[in-house]
Parts: sequence; C-alpha cells; structure tokens
Amino acid sequence: MSLLIDRGGPIADPWVRVQRDEPLPDGPAIVDPDRLAGLDHAPLGVHLPNTADAAALASEFSRLALISIDFPAFNDGRGFSIARRLRELGYTGRLRAAGPVIADQFAYLLECGFDEVEIPDALAARQPAEHWLAAIARAGHAYQRGRTGARASILDARSADHG
Amino acid sequence: MYRYDEFDAGFVRARVAEFRDQVGRRLAGSLTEDEFKPLRLMNGLYLQLHAYMLRVAIPYGTLSSRQMRMLAEIAERWDRGYGHFTTRQNIQFNWPKLRDVPDILDALASVEMHAIQTSGNCIRNTTSDPLAGVAPDEIEDPRVTCELIRQWSSLHPEFTFLGRKFKIAVSAAEEDRAAVATHDIGLYIVRNDAGEVGYRVLVGGGQGRTPMLAKELRAFLPKADLLPYLEAALRVYNLHGRRDNKFKARIKILVHELGIEEYRRQVEEEFARLDRAAIAAPEAEVARIAAYFAPAPLPARPAEDAGFERALKADPAFAAWVGQNTHPHRVPGYRAVTVSLKPVGGVPGDATAEQMRVLADLAEAHSGAELRVTHEQNIVLPSVGLGDLPKVFRGLAGVGLDAPNRGLVTDIIACPGLDYCALATARSIPVAQAISRRFGDPRRQAEIGPLAIKISGCINACGHHHVGHIGILGIDKAGVESYQITLGGHAGADASLGERTGPGFAFDEVPGVIETLVDRYLELRTSRRETFLQTYRRVGMEPFREALYEPAH
Repeated sequence: MSLLIDRGGPIADPWVRVQRDEPLPDGPAIVDPDRLAGLDHAPLGVHLPNTADAAALASEFSRLALISIDFPAFNDGRGFSIARRLRELGYTGRLRAAGPVIADQFAYLLECGFDEVEIPDALAARQPAEHWLAAIARAGHAYQRGRTGARASILDARSADHG
Repeated sequence: MYRYDEFDAGFVRARVAEFRDQVGRRLAGSLTEDEFKPLRLMNGLYLQLHAYMLRVAIPYGTLSSRQMRMLAEIAERWDRGYGHFTTRQNIQFNWPKLRDVPDILDALASVEMHAIQTSGNCIRNTTSDPLAGVAPDEIEDPRVTCELIRQWSSLHPEFTFLGRKFKIAVSAAEEDRAAVATHDIGLYIVRNDAGEVGYRVLVGGGQGRTPMLAKELRAFLPKADLLPYLEAALRVYNLHGRRDNKFKARIKILVHELGIEEYRRQVEEEFARLDRAAIAAPEAEVARIAAYFAPAPLPARPAEDAGFERALKADPAFAAWVGQNTHPHRVPGYRAVTVSLKPVGGVPGDATAEQMRVLADLAEAHSGAELRVTHEQNIVLPSVGLGDLPKVFRGLAGVGLDAPNRGLVTDIIACPGLDYCALATARSIPVAQAISRRFGDPRRQAEIGPLAIKISGCINACGHHHVGHIGILGIDKAGVESYQITLGGHAGADASLGERTGPGFAFDEVPGVIETLVDRYLELRTSRRETFLQTYRRVGMEPFREALYEPAH
C-alpha cells in the first residue's frame, strides 16, 4: 500500500497499477510502457522506469491521463530530468513520482513538473502528509526561472522590482 | 564584491531554518540516517574520522574583511581556534559539534555566508581566478559569471540529486590560474573573431582515481546562452551518467564512454529544445550583478614609490617576498599580494583565528577590505599600493605569514589525509611538513625556482597530485603507508597529468626522494630560467627514474 500526496495534502488514488500480465480493470489503469501499443483503454496511465526516454513517448501524450515515474531511491535524481523533459515536450496530463522520495524534495518535484507523489506506507508513517505540506510552506524562493511550483523565482521578483 | 539583497538573505535564512528542522526530524526519527546524510552533506556537514567537519562556501574565493573576522570568531567559539583553507577556495572547520552547527550557520548568514552545496552530489562552489578583477591579462571579471552560476546552481530543483559531485571553474585571463581543465565543466571567457565576449566550454575534467583533462565541448558560446547551455549539459549527465558505481559516476566517465562527439550531440539537441529565454538570466539581472564587480575606483598612484624602493634596498627579506609573492596589477602603483599559508614546517592551508584577524585588518587598511582564497591554499590581498607593501609585510611577519615561497618547492598543496579524513589511506600533512623542513632555506628554494608539489592521502586526489610537477600519492600497502611519485603534471592552460616514476616509497623516504629529484633537475636544467616542469618536458621521465631507482654511485 501507499500514500498519495499532492500540494493540497493526501488524496485518494483512483488509479490501479496493473502488473505485467494482469487483465485491465474497468477504471483508471496504469500499465507498463511495452503494453501501450494498440491498447484501447481510458483513462490510461503509464509507469516509466527512470531510464526511459521521454521523447519516445511523445506520440502517446494525447491518450495518457497520467505518467508515473519510478524513483528506486530518493537520491537517484534521474526522474527529475525525465519530468522536465516530458513537460518541455508538451505533456500536460498528470505526472506522478512513485517511490521512496522524501518530504524535503517535494518543492523540487513540483518545480520539475510533478503533480503528486506516491510513497510507500512505511515512509508515510515516518513522514506523514503534514511534513510534506510543511516542507513546501517553508521552501521560500528559488533562483531558477522558467518553472512553476512551490517556490517563486528570485530573478523574476527582482525584475518586477526594477519594473 | 557581491552583496546580498533581501532575496539572497532570505534564501540563506530559509535554508538555515530548514536545516535546523532537519536536525530535529533526524533526532525524532522521522528522517533515517540514510535520508539525513545527503541533506547534511548539502549543508556542508561531513562526518570525518574523529568528528564532524563543516565546510563553508567562499564563492569563487572572494571574501570581505568582515567575513574573515566571522570565520575567526567561529574558529574560536565553536572549533579549536583555527580553520583550513581548501583547494576549492573554501574553508573547513574540523571540530564542530552537531548541536552547534545550526548556530554556526546563523552566524555565517549574518555576514552573507553559508555552507550550501559544499559537499554532496550536487553542483559545488564555482571556483575562479584569485586575481579576478585585478589581473592585467583578463578580458573581464570572471566573477560576474561565477555569481550567475552560484545563484542558478543553488538548490536547483533538477540537479540536486546528481550521480556525483559537480565542479565548475571560470577563468577570463590569458594565464589559467583556476585549473579550469580539471573541472567537470570549465569555462574560459574568450573573445571571438567578431570581437564578442563569450565562453569556450570544456567538459569532463577531473582528478580522483581516473584523472582526465577536460575536452572542448563548445569553442564559443554566446554569453546570454550560459545558463540554458549549462542546464542542457547537466541534464544529459543527470539522465545518463553512471549510477552503478560511485567511482565511475563523474561526468568525465560519461564523456569518456560516450565520446565527446556523442555527448556534444546530445547536449546540443537538448539545448535546441529548451526554452532558452525562460531559463536565461534577464539582462537587467546580469547588469545588476556586474555592477557589484565594477573595478574599484583605486586612487591613482605613481608607478614608482620612493618608500617602497628604499625598503627594497634596505631589507633583503622584504625584497625576496616582494619578488616572489606579489603580482602585477591592472592599475599602476598597485600589486596583488599572495599571503603564503605555507610557513616552513606548517600545515598547508591552516590559519589561526589570530592570523585571520590580522589578514582581515590588513585587507581593510590596505586592500579595499577584500581577500581571496586561492586553490593553492593561500590568501590574496588583491589591491595593495606599493607604498603600503612594507607595512603589510611587517603585519604579516608579526603572525608568521611572511613566507616568501609562493610557487616554490615549499608552497605545497596537501589534503587533510589520515590526520582528519575518513577516506584517507595515508598521512599527507606530515609528509608536506617534512618536505617543507628539508627545503626550509629560502635561498635554496629561490635557487630551485618554480616547483609545485601536491600531496594526496588517498586515490581520491583531493591534494591534486595528478597535476603536481611532483605529485605524491599515499596509499595503504598491506597496512603500511606507501607513497607513489608522479612527475610532469600541471594545472595551467597547458595542463598535463603526471606520470608515475615506479614503485612507491616509505613515509620516511619521501623527503630524500624529493631531494634526489630536485638535485637531478638542477643537474639537467640548461639554465636557471628552465623550470622543473620545462626540464621534465624536455628530457622526459628516464633521467629522473634512473636517479631514483638506479643511483650510479
């Protein structure tokens, strides 16, 4: 089991992650990428390993309501770049970070284009939703531009100051 | 120099509060030690052999007198009365207690300093030329670029959990005083044929167990594209750099395995796709930063100063120091001064709180209240009037900082080694001290001329031994320290990696080995003008190897 959190707090997870050979359920289903071709199902989601090439998925964006990116460990940062690439390639559906990411990364995840995190229960027991909300509440400003998310851009704020 | 505005100050304060909270959550158990470790590393806190070590960022090596005084206060109040200036232009405190660290970070924040990203697998302190802004041979002050990178790389949401650490260096001068080619990304500020100023971009340099010199990624990058281009280069590394083996995780391995052409292709493709305008710093922001580095209005002085000339004639020690430790300045009548932190027999890079205060006072009185840390672990007073040099020299001599040895055989770089470091396999500091004592006579040092000895106490090469004219690497051989010697390394614009002489030597043998090499050089050189490195490049390894392993008599 797992806990799903977005920037508003814990949310219910309508999605079912379908294992390799299982039949698809009626509702929202997340499948592996090799099962996408020719699959007629809605709403449809896909779970990507963090070695996936975001560009290879671009032709599927229109029928994907969710992309979940695997985080095998919180300190394996590849998923951040995959998320950025997906957004830059024009993906506008929901983006999920799935794995043992930690609350201190929440602001960065949101800024890279993620909407939600799915964390294992054992981690949620140590880091409940309040910790995640507190982490983005105290995140303050960021120096980078061209991203939306938890932190406002210092460079943009300075430009506004100077008119 | 750069000054914080409300946003910079708020950013650092938020970070200190966050770290205080993280320490609390670690103690309460909501963060595991594995989860806490990268967080504390990103705040500069290492667990060393005997204690925690706190590494404080000195962005591109520039600090004010006020900041130097705060470092002295921290050394006295929370450490053992000294600090250690590092090869990455930072300072380390070796004995802080974990519970004191948030207070130390508060003290640093009060003088616009922090320890953010001084360790961990993220973008580290951007390093630069210690003579930036005063060197006569530079195109522009490289610190404007450094500060842009400092801000862009601070808590970058995409690049804070990289496969390994990432180091960037910037130089704008003809002479490379920043060892640019040994960095993950190296930037030379250059002028193209059309007269525009931009960057020559290198990638994939690094030391460690697989030393490599950086390769050219882009011959000319327009200035406005700096941040988007770095973003593209980092993204390709973040996605494709190896994560299966810590020792193969630096970008140099990725570039080596892909080949520079393929890595370049991927970076250019990524760069073409990025929304450059959204990532680049606005022009007004670049201008705002540049204004802080506008050349200080130094009062014009005569190019010659009678008092200075008299002191040169009257005091040979002063004359030797001026000859060895001062550099030409872009403004006539001024010099940049290297204060050697390598007294004979001392610990390279260490300074006591008292010495730091004297440095702060001297900088305030004679050098615009600004100081620099060099990657050779010395301090620079960037703008001293000729007439002030005797006073500065006396002030330094009063606290034992008058060694006239910049660039000479006793100006040794050494990592902390087995005296402090949890990774070390051998001692480095005592080796440096023994060599320094052996060559203590200043006349002998002057006779030998430029010679860079660099010592690492393990294969990670924090002492930069690969780029020492003489490199010394201490390893553990069946429980006994053994020191391998390399020759011919160099960190300048014509950088090269040293070559091993052969089997290693015991700890006690090292000073004698260095002496043998130096004596051989003195026999071989064509004149006093041919340096050790030039002689080595001319004659090669063989005569030196012979002297070490097959002494004829």
